[in-house]
Parts: sequence; C-alpha cells; structure tokens
Amino acid sequence: MHARSKTLTTSAAVIYAFLYAPIAIVVVFSFNAARHGAGWQGFTLHWYRTLLANEQALSAARNSLLLAICSTVIATVLGTMLGFGLNRYRFRGHRFVSRILYLPVFIPDIVMAVSLLLLYSLLRQWSGLFQLGMTTMVLGHVTFQIPFVAIIVRARLAGLNPALEEAAHDLGANGWQTFWRVTFPLMIPGVLAGAMLAFTLSLDDFVVSFFTSGPGSTTLPILIYSSVKRGITPDINALSTLMIAASALAAVTVTLLQRNRKV
Amino acid sequence: MRANLQTAVHHGETLTPRAYSLRTGASVGPGLAWLGALFLGPLALIALISLLSRGEYGTVGGAWTFENYRRLAGFGLLGFDSLYPLIIARSVLLGLTTAMLCLSAGLPLAFFIASCKGRYKNLALTLVVVPLWTNLLIRTYAWQMLLGPESSLTQVAALFGLAEADEGLYPGLFAVSLCMVCDFLPFAVLPIYASVEKLNWSLVEAAMDLGANRVSAFRHGIVPQIKPGLTAGFILVFLPAMGQFVIPDLLGGAKTMLLGNAIQQQFGAASDWPFGSAVAMVSLLVAMLALWLMARHTGDDELNIL
Repeated sequence: MHARSKTLTTSAAVIYAFLYAPIAIVVVFSFNAARHGAGWQGFTLHWYRTLLANEQALSAARNSLLLAICSTVIATVLGTMLGFGLNRYRFRGHRFVSRILYLPVFIPDIVMAVSLLLLYSLLRQWSGLFQLGMTTMVLGHVTFQIPFVAIIVRARLAGLNPALEEAAHDLGANGWQTFWRVTFPLMIPGVLAGAMLAFTLSLDDFVVSFFTSGPGSTTLPILIYSSVKRGITPDINALSTLMIAASALAAVTVTLLQRNRKV
Repeated sequence: MRANLQTAVHHGETLTPRAYSLRTGASVGPGLAWLGALFLGPLALIALISLLSRGEYGTVGGAWTFENYRRLAGFGLLGFDSLYPLIIARSVLLGLTTAMLCLSAGLPLAFFIASCKGRYKNLALTLVVVPLWTNLLIRTYAWQMLLGPESSLTQVAALFGLAEADEGLYPGLFAVSLCMVCDFLPFAVLPIYASVEKLNWSLVEAAMDLGANRVSAFRHGIVPQIKPGLTAGFILVFLPAMGQFVIPDLLGGAKTMLLGNAIQQQFGAASDWPFGSAVAMVSLLVAMLALWLMARHTGDDELNIL
C-alpha cells in the first residue's frame, strides 16, 4: 500500500466529522439542561428521568419489540426455507423469482407502504377484518424482511462444500438425517445473520409502520416522528440517544463476531 | 452409475421427479405465497387503482381512465400545470445530485480506509457502518437542530451572507440534500472500498512510469478498476434518495415537494388514492429504470429485474 498523504487523512477526518455531526448533537443535547435553544446550560440527567416516567414512550418501546420479535420469527422461518429452496431446486420461474427477490430491497419503501395500505382497506371492506394495528404491521414487516433473510441464507448455502452432504449420504444417512445433522448446522450462521438483519430492519422501520399502524400500535420511530412534528423536546433526544447506543452496540458486536469467524 | 431417466442425483441423494417437485414446493412455496399476496399483489393493485378516479368522499371509483397520468405529465383540467412534472424532475435530479456528492465524498474515505492497517482498518470501517445502524429518523431530525436558526452553522453561514441570521438553513432543498448525503454516504463508501481493496496498483505505477500525471493516472489507471464499486455506490444512493419521504418531510419546504411527499399527501390529507397510486407507480418505474440501466451497464444478471 502506498504511503498516504496528509490531504487524504484530513479529508477523511472532515467526512467522519460530517457523518457523526447529527449523532453527536442528539447525544449532547440529551444531557443539556436547556429546554429550548442551542446554548449549553450545563449537564443534566433530568431528560432521562422524564423519559422513564413517560408512559407513551414505554408503551412504544414494548410495541417496537413485540413487532420486531413476531415479524422476525415468521420472516426467518419463511425466508430460510425460501433461500434453501432457491439454492437447491430449479423450477419454472426460478430466474423470475431470483430477480423479484431484490425488488423489495430496492423499490421506495413508501410505495410498498401505500400498496399495503390499499390492500388492507380493500380486504377490510370485504371481510371486516384487517383493522390497522399490530397484526397489519407484522404482515407488512415480514414482507420486507423475507427477501433479506432468503438472500443471505442462499448466499451461505452457495458457499458450502457439497462434499460434506455427499459424504453423509455415502455413509448411510437418509435425506432427513443429512439435512438436520449436516446441512442445517452449516446454514445456522446465515440464518442468524438474516434474523439479526431482519430484527434491526423491523426496529428501524418508520415508513411501512407509519402507514399500516392503528391507534395503540405506536412504535418508537412513530413516536419520534410525531414528537418532531410537534417540536423537538429534550426527552426525545434522550430516547434517541438510548436507541443510538443500542444500535452502535449491535453494529460493533456484529463486526467483532464476523472478524472472529473470519467470514 | 445406476441413475436412470426417472431419478436424479441431488446433493448425493437420489430423488424421483415427484419427490423433487414436492420438496421444491414445500421449501419455496410458503415464502413465495407470502410475497405474492403481500408484495406483488398490492403492487398490481396500485397499478389498477392508478387507472381509476377519485369518487365521492375520497372513495375509489369511476371508469378506467389515464387522467391521473395525464395530470402527472402536466395536462390538468385547467390547462398546463407544471407542479407534478416539476416534482418528478426534482426528485430525479436530487437523487442524481445526492449520488454524485456521495461518490465524491465516498472516494477519499474509501481510499483512506484501504490505506489503514490492521485493527485501524477495522475501526475505520466500523465507524462508517455504525451510522447506518442508527435510525434514519434520528439522523434526520438532528439536522433540524444543526441547521436551526440558533445553531452555530447558521450563524457562520449568516456571516458570509448565505443565510438570514434569524432564519435557519432549513426548510429547503439545501437542507434536504445535505442530510441525504450524510445519511446515504455509507452506501457509497462500502462498495467503493471493496473495489479499492482489490485495486492492482502496478497498473497505476505503469501509467506513471509511462509519463501520466496524477490526474490521468487516476482517470485511466484507477477509475476503470473501481468502476463496479462506483456504479454500485451510485445506485445504492440514488434509489433511497429518489424515493425518500422522511427527509424531505422533515427538512424540505412546501415549495420543494418530492415524489415521496406527493404520495403521502394523496394518501393522507388529499385523500385521492387513485392519483396517489399513479404517483407511486411513477416512483416505482423510475426505480426500476435505474436498476435496469445499472444492470445493463455492469452485466449483472441478478440485479436485472426487468
């Protein structure tokens, strides 16, 4: 590698500062005693105490977790099966499905959100079911999570050594035994990575949740959005700081895990 | 081999065609059924409803019509109206500008990360990834504080006559664009970095030995080699920037509406779902056109969705 120039280091420092400026200001202001305005008026933990007493925030946190857990469980099962099938079997429309799988990843999320909203309102007129709420949100989240899980699991399977399964068969294992004792254990890192990504995507999602939520199913991002619309209050900065800390911790953990496994 | 026409050896296992198709259906069936019902189905629904018109009380009704698309093209009931053509053009231009800015800022950062050694390289890379894991809504509303009337950024800008001292730097296209570059920069850095890591420096040295100056060595020795990274970075920034709803909603003004806001307005306050569906179809088509152009450019079949 070439020796790097001062210009490169300086511009990298400026760009990192730019990337972290919004995160930094939220964290700093969550500890700022000032209620309004941009000036620093001393350190306080007051906004965190306000937050812990905020019943709305606590219920939004519960909703966010419930939504993420339910949708991740469903999407991981369906996505793993889909990724496995796409890797193992060739069928009519295989190419079409492989392409379509990337579509939910790339199209604007608001398009997906309003298309679900339309579907739900149509189904509601016909059946009286599909009132907007936690169920409709779970259905929507699973829909954007499945492709991510399937793509990751399929990539993991594509990287496996086929000799391992052939050896199991040669040694007398039947299809079922080979799957559960050889193939599935080898798939697990991919399944876990997919589930982890699905979980994060669900916790982070605002747009699909916003359009498919009902009264009483407010999640943390929806709560932040409506608070910002009314004017930012310091306890929202405290909430955001906690969320930033949680996601930074998750990002660092995943990076460390990947490095140790030398993936 | 004993395999006859009726069976196929599959991962060391002999399967009859019947068993093969049963297993195919059992593994991919449920997931595909889900995506068909809740992804492709609703998209088809949007395409259909975009050809209807708004009935009384915001219901959907009327006969089949292209009126919504005519309105999007500027041919309104009261003569030519540039509102929606401008919204489409603004969204595409903002997506292109944001993508170009992200590439320009992403290049030096990618080269910097590649030049780091050992654990510092991991640290530099993790520092790019962490903001990506942070909620976009938080990173976006933070810019309201950074660009607000009382912030130091605004005061510095006011010194140079770039802003009014008592008004903030938002709402407006500048704020939207700045925030988008900040939010989507990691999408550009990561693929460019992957290309830079594979860079063959001897080609660059050869160019320099043959008398190329730094600029032409970069253009002819480096750019062709990192082109896959640049293309991937470009599309990964363009797509979310073009279809954004949150960022223009929080940082943009009423005069700088984008496709995302237009969709939300029609499905929300205006309650004209057929017209909103037509706007959604346009965003979808722009995204798919961009993907198609990129796939044709790079020859990557998986991403060639059309």
